[in-house]
Amino acid sequence: MIAPFGFGGWLSGLVLGIAFGFILEGSGFGDPRILTGQLRLADWSVFRVMFTAITVCAALLYGARALGMLDFGGIFIPSVYFWGTLLGGAGVGIGMALGGYCPGTSEVALASGRLDGLLFLLGIGGGTLAFNAVYLAIKSWVYAQTGPTALTLPHLLGISPLLVIVAMAVIIAAVGWLTRSVKP
Amino acid sequence: MANPESHWNSYVGGVALGVVLFVTFLATGHGLGVTGATTGVTAVAANAVLPGVFPKGSYLAGYVSFGLDHWIEWEVLGVLVGGLAGSLLARRFRPRLDGPPRASPASRLALAFVGGGFSGFGARMAMGCTSGMGLSGTAPLAAAGFLFLVGFFVAGVLTMLAMQTLWRST
Repeated sequence: MIAPFGFGGWLSGLVLGIAFGFILEGSGFGDPRILTGQLRLADWSVFRVMFTAITVCAALLYGARALGMLDFGGIFIPSVYFWGTLLGGAGVGIGMALGGYCPGTSEVALASGRLDGLLFLLGIGGGTLAFNAVYLAIKSWVYAQTGPTALTLPHLLGISPLLVIVAMAVIIAAVGWLTRSVKP
Repeated sequence: MANPESHWNSYVGGVALGVVLFVTFLATGHGLGVTGATTGVTAVAANAVLPGVFPKGSYLAGYVSFGLDHWIEWEVLGVLVGGLAGSLLARRFRPRLDGPPRASPASRLALAFVGGGFSGFGARMAMGCTSGMGLSGTAPLAAAGFLFLVGFFVAGVLTMLAMQTLWRST
């Protein structure tokens, strides 16, 4: 049998969501001081957790494909919409510096008893309505696709996925060594 | 009551998250996300208060007709359950108003709401948030995921230069 398996139902969502929330909470991602500590370069938990997760998942995805167990045609790979992707990322970064969270971590904050996590979630609703209000005026440049559909970094750089994954692992190890005194 | 447990080692959390994300891709063909769900809830809630508020062609009209009984909404509900379970089991659950240690309670509430506003608007521009784009986009090595993270960290660190006196621990 070749993945993906198309488990798109409620049980799949609930179970995977519980695992996701449990890991975020366990890693300290419900705590706004840990999250913003990364932006002050005073706490490297966010970098370590995120880049380890990305690198492990990338190795498993490309490994499964190499073994013929995963059909990449069925995997969602987002395309680049240069200004939308870049400025949207900037908006989420500004939101974290101001409010302490990103969308998923504000949920975990609320789940661990934080009232400001609830306010952040309500703010997300407000920002969504604001986007709706200006959508028609900005969509032509925000949602203008750049380059081929589902462009990957290996394709863009003309190198093998394995090389990108190894480079990411080296970066994690190097940053971990350089920041070794900051916190485990 | 015993003291709260300390958080996990970051590399252990990262490996666990990477494996769960991989299982999600195997099961569904896509990764983990959050703002797909918050956008759906926002659209349906606003339309319930003001029926027909989103005319055809507006951004949220499609989200109203799409409805809420979808994988992403169940996943986001699961994140709440998992976060609650984790904080209770590790004795970290505590009702409180968190936020910048040096800001007043009113400022903390206002900053959280305004920060959420930037985050919600940005996630719609990028078609995903730190989870849906920063994590689930980069895992299959999409260039879009890496571009998102560049914007996220550069703007976040620069904004933090103006905010750091409020965020520094007391």
